[in-house]
Amino acid sequence: MFRAETYLRTLPRPFPVTRRFFEYAGGITLLFFDAIRYIIAWRYRPSEVVRQTAFLIVDSLPIVLLTSGFTGLVISLETAQSAVNNGFAFVIGGSVAYGTVRELGPLLTGIVFAGRAGAAITAQLGSMVVTEQIEALKSFGSSPTKVLVVPRLLACVIGMPLLTAFADIIAVYGGYYMAYLRAHISTATYWNSVNQFVDFTDFEKGLLKAAVFGVIVAIVACYEGLRTEGGADGVGRATTNAVVTSILLVFAFNFGLSFVLFK
Amino acid sequence: MRAPAPAGHNGDQATPKSDVTVRLHDVALSYGQKIVLSDCSLDCKRGQVTTVIGLSGAGKSTILRLVNGLRQPSTGHVFVNGVDIVGMSERQLNDIRVKMGFAFQASALFDSMSVFENVSFPLYEHTKLSRAEIRKRVEETLETIGLSDVSERLPAELSGGMQKRVGFARAIVNEPEIILFDEPTTGLDPIMTNVITDTIKSIQARLRPTSIVVMHDLPSVYAISDNIAMLFEGTIIESGPAADFRRSQNPIVQQFLEGSEVGPIPL
Repeated sequence: MFRAETYLRTLPRPFPVTRRFFEYAGGITLLFFDAIRYIIAWRYRPSEVVRQTAFLIVDSLPIVLLTSGFTGLVISLETAQSAVNNGFAFVIGGSVAYGTVRELGPLLTGIVFAGRAGAAITAQLGSMVVTEQIEALKSFGSSPTKVLVVPRLLACVIGMPLLTAFADIIAVYGGYYMAYLRAHISTATYWNSVNQFVDFTDFEKGLLKAAVFGVIVAIVACYEGLRTEGGADGVGRATTNAVVTSILLVFAFNFGLSFVLFK
Repeated sequence: MRAPAPAGHNGDQATPKSDVTVRLHDVALSYGQKIVLSDCSLDCKRGQVTTVIGLSGAGKSTILRLVNGLRQPSTGHVFVNGVDIVGMSERQLNDIRVKMGFAFQASALFDSMSVFENVSFPLYEHTKLSRAEIRKRVEETLETIGLSDVSERLPAELSGGMQKRVGFARAIVNEPEIILFDEPTTGLDPIMTNVITDTIKSIQARLRPTSIVVMHDLPSVYAISDNIAMLFEGTIIESGPAADFRRSQNPIVQQFLEGSEVGPIPL
């Protein structure tokens, strides 16, 4: 029987890097739409989504709070004294909140989430591949996308905005604490500045970015996990690839989304 | 669902008779440059146990994966219940797979789930049974394989033999028409090997599925098999009823059955 795939395999393959790029992009896109198909058809277990969401949030929350808290502290540390000296004390709260809510909150949370939750997802699915658990799943007629990818995708889409909201709050409070300690800026001055520079739609748009980053982290992590080859080595390689690719995509999409949302 | 291959397209030879549940017809498969199977043909009769024996790395487990649709051959046909599954989409294959059970060599139990969750998984996925009915079915199945008291344990808390039996339970819980056993006794002590052999016999007696077993342990092979086939250098070189197979005059078969170092099989 003639099979196009068999014939194509015999052809010379020019531009290997370009081909790999398109294979990768195509694979991720197909996995995403396959997952969307199951979500629209409501063919997943809500209990598994809740379990995954709880697991991913609890796993990532401490490190998200630490990184965002320190970020708020350092922005304030760098700007507070200088701003007061130059008569701009009224911009401290605003500059911390503005930068955090629109950019740093979602971006840093996305990076931390890729390193923590994304790595965990890839390592888990990769281990399932090398121990034949994925083949077992397929062997009795179940789709890995439906059983494994959809709950993790939904968990990341729910989890990322929640984590980002926490990160925003902690960073802005961290900024306030440092502004008070370093430059003796009053509570009223700081929070008035926050209110003046940032409105609620900035916060909402930041959370929208976070949800998109959640999709990126989940799909890349699942894709890398499911195509793991080899043993423990392969799992390690897949996990590294997932984290690096997710972080790069988070940066790229952050630029694109900022361009579109905040113009 | 794909119709049987038409006449003139290997049709008359390829399409199996009604008593043949699984047929591999002139199947070839290679991984890169390595040829795993070539011109491999095998019939597995309804309600009987067909055991595939052969050297390690000969491609026996690949045959099971072809039957389940987990691998696609380069050429040839794989018929399941008269339907050629080669080239089917994943969704079409899933309709075929729900009627199969697959017991993997390394058990392949879901390590984050308890024994009960593992065994009940196919029922939650593919049936509309209530929770109570699923619990009852799982308990009955675990009792059949003699593991009724481990349902809340994780796979990591079980011995190798127990994991194999839980894998069997997961494979048979939805009472499939076809069961694939991949090296069920490999790595087990003689007592556990006997337990596993008896378990396969009791499953066969209770459900009467078409079973394909890949196995090395010859006493177990003789104990469970209705038919035996030997895979050598990518092709089935001998197959037939178990009693006839043991009397085969094929020197390769004889060398393998005797476990002799001297003979036509290159070491």
